Amino acid sequence: MKKFSQRHLLGIKELNADDINLVFETADNFKSIINRPIKKVPSLRDVTIANIFFENSTRTRISFELAQKRLSADIVNFSASSSSVSKGETLIDTVNNILAMKVDMVVMRHPAPGACVFLSKHIKANIINAGDGTHEHPTQALLDAFSIREKLGTVKGKKVVIVGDITHSRVALSNIFCLQKLGAEVMVCGPSTLIPKHIESLGVKVETNLMKALAWCDVANMLRIQLERQDLKYFPSLREYSMLYGLDKERLDSLNKEIVIMHPGPINRGVEITSDVADSKHSIILDQVENGVAVRMAVMFLLAGQQGSL
Amino acid sequence: MKERIILEKKQFQLTLDRLCYQLIERHGSFADVALVGMQPRGIFLSRRIKSRLEEITGLKDVLYGELDIAFYRDDFRRGNEHIIPSELKINFSMSHKQVVLIDDVLFTGRTIRSALDAITDFGRPSRVELLVLIDRLYSRDLPIQADYVGLTVDTRAHDKVKVEWKEHGKKDIVQILPIKP
Repeated sequence: MKKFSQRHLLGIKELNADDINLVFETADNFKSIINRPIKKVPSLRDVTIANIFFENSTRTRISFELAQKRLSADIVNFSASSSSVSKGETLIDTVNNILAMKVDMVVMRHPAPGACVFLSKHIKANIINAGDGTHEHPTQALLDAFSIREKLGTVKGKKVVIVGDITHSRVALSNIFCLQKLGAEVMVCGPSTLIPKHIESLGVKVETNLMKALAWCDVANMLRIQLERQDLKYFPSLREYSMLYGLDKERLDSLNKEIVIMHPGPINRGVEITSDVADSKHSIILDQVENGVAVRMAVMFLLAGQQGSL
Repeated sequence: MKERIILEKKQFQLTLDRLCYQLIERHGSFADVALVGMQPRGIFLSRRIKSRLEEITGLKDVLYGELDIAFYRDDFRRGNEHIIPSELKINFSMSHKQVVLIDDVLFTGRTIRSALDAITDFGRPSRVELLVLIDRLYSRDLPIQADYVGLTVDTRAHDKVKVEWKEHGKKDIVQILPIKP
């Protein structure tokens, strides 16, 4: 009998390939459900889920919320800016107070790496990491790999390059773990200031020349340049970054092959990717968003289903 | 007690034929009728019924789908067993259709209750009927009965009724396996 091995989804690192494939198979079912006239199933109708966001988010929060509604779960939303956190309450106190109101599952985004692991050691509910600082963003990696599988048939043996700010990106780290577990080859590409030292020890290739990386890959995942971090000067100017690492039509056409373009959003059009590329037929950016709902439904279904507590 | 064979060989085929003829008797031209097999184990019966029906009547495109009820079960989070969904293939609306649900064994009736829930998510059928190969007597948790029954058997609650199909690489056979309570 197939079984999800974890009680929480804290990161991709803790999962095995069977877990990931189980999420994908379950997500296939949910994808067909969200494409039919009645997009809702009653699976989680007695489950209460708290979405706790200590950091801003549009896509991830809406995607989780929609996934929960499609599963008929009850939800409470919480964002740090409008809460008692600003009055100095600790993380555990905040969460325990929410749990005292009988919540079964917590979806949390937090600026501190490891916040979800810490929480999982102290509370009883299932925890889903929706991004913890620069550490992991497991559901994004799952939906990225699911989208590659959908577009190319399989992830195994594919060559994927992740371009951009690798140092600060939780998407990059989760993607590396996820793709490797599924048997893909991974390369990271960006200015050397944005590539962490010793990242080769994870088994990824490192390349600082975008054209070489594109010539090698089947799939290019273009990460967002985090404009809010510009004052730190990891590279001289946005214009220079865009000239060296921006993906435009000209570069894509010079490749003599078709590659799949991905982006976790939000896009800085004209910086890491130009509009004509982002909206081209090579791009699966909007498929990623659609798949996000199905994949998150699958994760919550699998985690809730194993409790056996009722 | 050893396992007991209750249906095999020629009898098995005859039973399938009879179920087909009963469907034909009721539905004739099969306009507005949809056959819906229940995942995961009812689909072998439903596929067989569909092809035999088409053989007998010469009809080509009897509306057919396969329904998975994993997301509608009433024991989600209550049992220790993991619920793993199967593929769902329904590419038509059930509105104004006469739906014939097809499953291999009717036991507690809970699967069928979930299926009735699931069906309403695909429209409002004008009528829903139930066809089963094996009807286990005196074992229902819910007030659900079949309209077409291959064979009725009297079993103890802890017996297991096992249906196997040629499509599995085995032969067509139905057995009762006594399992110690």
